[in-house]
Amino acid sequence: MAWRRHPWWYQNRSTIVGLGVLFATLVGAYVYSPQMTEAVLASTLRQSIPLVLGALCGLLGERSGVINIGIEGQMLLAAFVAFLMNVYTANLFLAVLSGIAVGALLGLLLAFLAVTLKVDQIIAGTIINIFAFGLTGYYYQVGLQTKGKLTPIAIPLLSELPLVGRVLFDNPPITYATLLLIFIVHFVLFYTPWGLRTRAVGEHPRAADTLGINVYLVRYVNVIVGGMLAGLAGAFLTLEAVGTFERLMTNGRGFVALAVMIFGRWNPISAWGAAMLFGFATALQTQLQFMEIIHIPHQFIGMLPYGLTIAVLAGLRGRTRPPAAVGRPYEKE
Amino acid sequence: MVRRVLRATLVPVLAVVVALLIGAALLHFSGLDPWKAYKALFEGAFGNLRAWKRTFEKATPLIFSGLAVAFAFRAGLFNIGAQGQLLLGSITAAVVGYMVELPPGLHVAVALLAGGLVGALYGAFPGVLKVYTGAHEVITTIMLNYIAINLTDYLADGPLKDPSGGGVVARTPRILESASLPTWGAVPSGFLLAILLAAVTYWLLWRTTYGFEIRTVGQNPNAARYAGMRVARVVGSTMLLSGLFAGLGGAVETLGVVGRFQPGFHAGLGFEGITIALLAKNNPFAIIPASLLVGAMKAGTSRMQFVADVPKEIIEVILALMLLFVAADHVIRALVGLREKGEERLVLTTGWGSH
Repeated sequence: MAWRRHPWWYQNRSTIVGLGVLFATLVGAYVYSPQMTEAVLASTLRQSIPLVLGALCGLLGERSGVINIGIEGQMLLAAFVAFLMNVYTANLFLAVLSGIAVGALLGLLLAFLAVTLKVDQIIAGTIINIFAFGLTGYYYQVGLQTKGKLTPIAIPLLSELPLVGRVLFDNPPITYATLLLIFIVHFVLFYTPWGLRTRAVGEHPRAADTLGINVYLVRYVNVIVGGMLAGLAGAFLTLEAVGTFERLMTNGRGFVALAVMIFGRWNPISAWGAAMLFGFATALQTQLQFMEIIHIPHQFIGMLPYGLTIAVLAGLRGRTRPPAAVGRPYEKE
Repeated sequence: MVRRVLRATLVPVLAVVVALLIGAALLHFSGLDPWKAYKALFEGAFGNLRAWKRTFEKATPLIFSGLAVAFAFRAGLFNIGAQGQLLLGSITAAVVGYMVELPPGLHVAVALLAGGLVGALYGAFPGVLKVYTGAHEVITTIMLNYIAINLTDYLADGPLKDPSGGGVVARTPRILESASLPTWGAVPSGFLLAILLAAVTYWLLWRTTYGFEIRTVGQNPNAARYAGMRVARVVGSTMLLSGLFAGLGGAVETLGVVGRFQPGFHAGLGFEGITIALLAKNNPFAIIPASLLVGAMKAGTSRMQFVADVPKEIIEVILALMLLFVAADHVIRALVGLREKGEERLVLTTGWGSH
């Protein structure tokens, strides 16, 4: 491989060309049908929020060397507790916090199993999923009435912009928070000492340990913070997107998020792009169906994100490289 | 021998006991009577001949799915897709059961094989994907589960829908009498098939060269490759057989118990296979008592709900706790002060397959 330095625009040429094509398509679509374009884009963003939060959760864990296959369960239990909190206290802020707290607790459980007890990480995550399915099933009661949803807050001036205004600047709070979190996680991971330590632990824990980094602590913190993000995704589902809780309502989003993470190459901003792609596929299909342009049984539309996930995983042969120590428990000497 | 069996069963048995105790505490704090609940659960599972039959019926598909998961585990593969393979096997058996007309004995056999075959193909697909593209089977099998759920929902509510009775319920027509698996007294013939399959699995894993290859690949794929084993072929064929076991389980459930395919009737069977495989430490024979235990808990739930007013989902919580304590056996060992011996621990292929 040649290590000659190219100018930044040349290094990122495919991204720039891709963004250019995307922008041109959007403008074209907007000129053709403003309403439909806005509807599809807004729906894309909505669909992408839980996916990108899940992917952030996954990549924080994996960057520090811990696979989190329990994102689904973390989201589900958090969604449920956030919903219950909303029903019993009618306080949306408390409800969101409780969802985050549940995510953190399950993150702690995963870290305890995977880091301290050194249980196989994939089995540990599966346990968390089965646990969450069981608990939500047991405590679920039919007929609980929600006490309101998080509503959109339009940002003055910015929301007046054509196209992007309505899509990006007229959203409920968790959506804004997520958009910020993507950049915060990116910044922390790549531009702070903590992020450097995290990545070191995920690539070569022995070397990191030799340099005095507490491998266990770094893994615990990353997995717990990841859990909080998954918890926020759960709160998004019950408090912002749907407004109520349904059994198994996460519907595999926690697993799709892992594909989003891989597609985004363990990079928060790329993961956001990947999540938008997944969201767009669903949004476009739904819109076409809604406008009666195509007729496909709804079950096939339901399969779309899952088929896309398999295609992404199968199509990325040799093009991605996970953190080197991912999946391996660390033994202190 | 006896000591060895005792040693091996101690942790799972303790895990079950501790899980039941925590379950009792949960019930107590929900204002319910745990003693009454567990008594009703036991009666519902073993109280009379009908109860025994229910327990055997519930245990049968679990043995199949437990074997499917455990068999794949032995090769270091995590087949979370047993659920999807089971669903497709089940609907295929239903289709062969009601559409095709054959003489009695042959009909059952053909329906079973067809179900198993479709399950096998659906299991082989993620295996092939793993071998050729590196796509990790954990995610692909989960995705294939969701696709199978959607596909079977569509089929049962569309092309294969039962038109009788106004066609209100989304389900396939009933299978013909010639395709149904008989029950002798309290013992369904599917249960005997399951025991037979457990024996075959044991033989395959520990008495054949192929089984040796599977176990070697599971313990160290690099060593297996260095020894000249064709790892890709072992991975693909293990997933194929794992899918076959799960597909057979679905077919047996359809032909022996449900009598048709109906969405929701087979929910959870594949996932419970994971619990059972871990509870049995991937030993094919240990899967039988583990399945009977879980089957008994499922068989007794409706009586428990009726007598003690306990939501049947408590079983899922107890199952999750069992799984937690079996996997985190340190916790259980610490509870009884048992020292850890150098046993083999289950480690799956790490990473996402790009190495």
